Amino acid sequence: MAHNNLNLKLKVWRQKNANTTGAFVKYDVNDISDEMSFLEMLDVLNEKLITTGEEPIAFDHDCREGICGMCSLYIDGKPHGPWQANTTCQLHMRAFKDGDTITIEPWRSNAFPIVKDLTVDRGAFDRIIQAGGYVSVNTGNAVDGNSLPINKDDADAAFAAAMCIGCGACVAACKNSSAMLFLSAKVSHLAQLPQGEPERKSRVLNMVAQMDKEGFGSCTNTGACEAACPKEISIANIARLNKEYLRAGLTQE
Amino acid sequence: MSFKHMFTSSVGKKLVMAFTGIFLILFLVVHAGLNACIWANDNGLMFNKAAHFMGSFVVPRVLEIGLFLGIFLHIIQGYMLTLENRSKRSVGYAVNYSKGSKWYSRSMAILGTLLLMFLIMHIYHFWTPSRLGGVGNIQGLKTFELNGTEYHNLYAEMQAVFQNPLVVLLYVLACGSLAYHLAHGFQSAFKTIGIHNKRYHALISSIGYGFAILIPLAFAMMPISFYFNLVK
Repeated sequence: MAHNNLNLKLKVWRQKNANTTGAFVKYDVNDISDEMSFLEMLDVLNEKLITTGEEPIAFDHDCREGICGMCSLYIDGKPHGPWQANTTCQLHMRAFKDGDTITIEPWRSNAFPIVKDLTVDRGAFDRIIQAGGYVSVNTGNAVDGNSLPINKDDADAAFAAAMCIGCGACVAACKNSSAMLFLSAKVSHLAQLPQGEPERKSRVLNMVAQMDKEGFGSCTNTGACEAACPKEISIANIARLNKEYLRAGLTQE
Repeated sequence: MSFKHMFTSSVGKKLVMAFTGIFLILFLVVHAGLNACIWANDNGLMFNKAAHFMGSFVVPRVLEIGLFLGIFLHIIQGYMLTLENRSKRSVGYAVNYSKGSKWYSRSMAILGTLLLMFLIMHIYHFWTPSRLGGVGNIQGLKTFELNGTEYHNLYAEMQAVFQNPLVVLLYVLACGSLAYHLAHGFQSAFKTIGIHNKRYHALISSIGYGFAILIPLAFAMMPISFYFNLVK
C-alpha cells in the first residue's frame, strides 16, 4: 500500500483552565505518516512543543484501542472525526489529505466543563450512573450458570445498549447538549434483563432526575447523537427510555 | 413521584410537547376534512352548514377551548424548551455538526414561529369575524340562510380573503412550514411517548411522512382553488 507523508495545518482550541477564556491557536505539523493515528499525530506535535519550551496540548486518552471511552475531540465539526462508528484514537491520518486544515475543539456542553485545552470533565456521566445505572446484588455463592433463562434477542439487544463507552460524543453532537443517548443506553441495557427488573422503575426516574441536575438539555429526536456515536448505539433506545419513564412515572407511588 | 415532577423533568416536558402535538395533529384532520366541503361545488352550502354546526353545537365549542389550551401549551413549552436547551452550551462550536440530522429536525422552533405568525393572520381572517363579528354584512358579505335564520357566510369570507395574491402566497408558504414541522414532529411525538418497536416505528414514520405531505397539500389547495376560481 502506498505510504504518504502529510503536511497539515491545525487549529486547536487552547484554554488554560475552566475560569479563563480560550482561543484557537494555529500549528503546522509536517511529515505526518498517514498510517499514524490522530492521537499519535498530536503526540508528535506535543513533542515538538515540549522541545521548543511551549505548553503541550492537553487531551484525554487511555486505551487507544477504541474501547475505554476516554478519548474525545470534536474534529472538523464532528465528534471523533470524519469516520463513522469510530473513536478518535482509531481515527487514522489517511482520513485527511496533504495540506488540509483540521479544526480541533473540545466537547462543548456546560455539563462538561473544560479542564484544560481539549480535556473536559465528564464526571456528570459518573454521577448519572451512580444514581441508578447498576443492579443491587447481595454477596453470596455464585449462582449456577444458565440458572436465569434470558431470551437470546433480549440478551443481544441489552448487549448492544451495553456497548456504550460513555465517551460523551452524543452530548457533543446534540444541538441541545442532551445526554439522552447515553442515559437511554444505560437504562435499556438493564431494563431488558431480569437482573435489572427489581430496580427498573426507580432506576429510570433517578437517572433522569440526575441528568437534569447535571444541566444537560432535553432530547428533540434529531438523530445527531446516533450518527456520531462510535459504538452505533441506536436512537430506538431513547424511545425505550421514554417508555420506561412514562411507565415508571405513572405507576410509581 | 408526583405528576408535577413527572411532567416537569426534561423527559416530562417532551411528553407534554408530544401529547399536545398529537392532539393538534388530530385537529388538523378534522379541520382539513371540514374544509374539504368547499370542493362540493354547491356554492358553499355544504361547507357553510358544516361550519355552522361546528360553531353552534356545544361539543365542538368545548373542544375548541381544549384546542386553544393545547396550542397555547405547545407554543409556550416549545419556546421554553428551545431557550433552555440553547442555554446548555454557552460556548458554541466553530464548525457546526449538521450531517447527522435533518435541517428541519433542528429548526422546529423557527418552523413553529412561522406557523404562529400564520396562525395570528389566520385567526384574524376567519375565526374573529365568524365568532365575534356577528351574523353578516361584514365587508359587505352576503349572509347564509339555514331554516329561515341568517348566519355568517364563511364561504363568502374565504372567497373574499383569497382574492389577494399575497394572502394566497403566505398561506401556501405556511403550508410548507407545516409540512416540514410535521415531517419531524409526527414521528418524533410517537418516539417521545415510547414507541420503540421497529415494526411500529417504521409504520408510524411512513404514515408521518405521508401525513406531512397530504394534509398541508390539501390546505394549500384551498386558497389556490379560490384564487383561480376552481370552486363554484
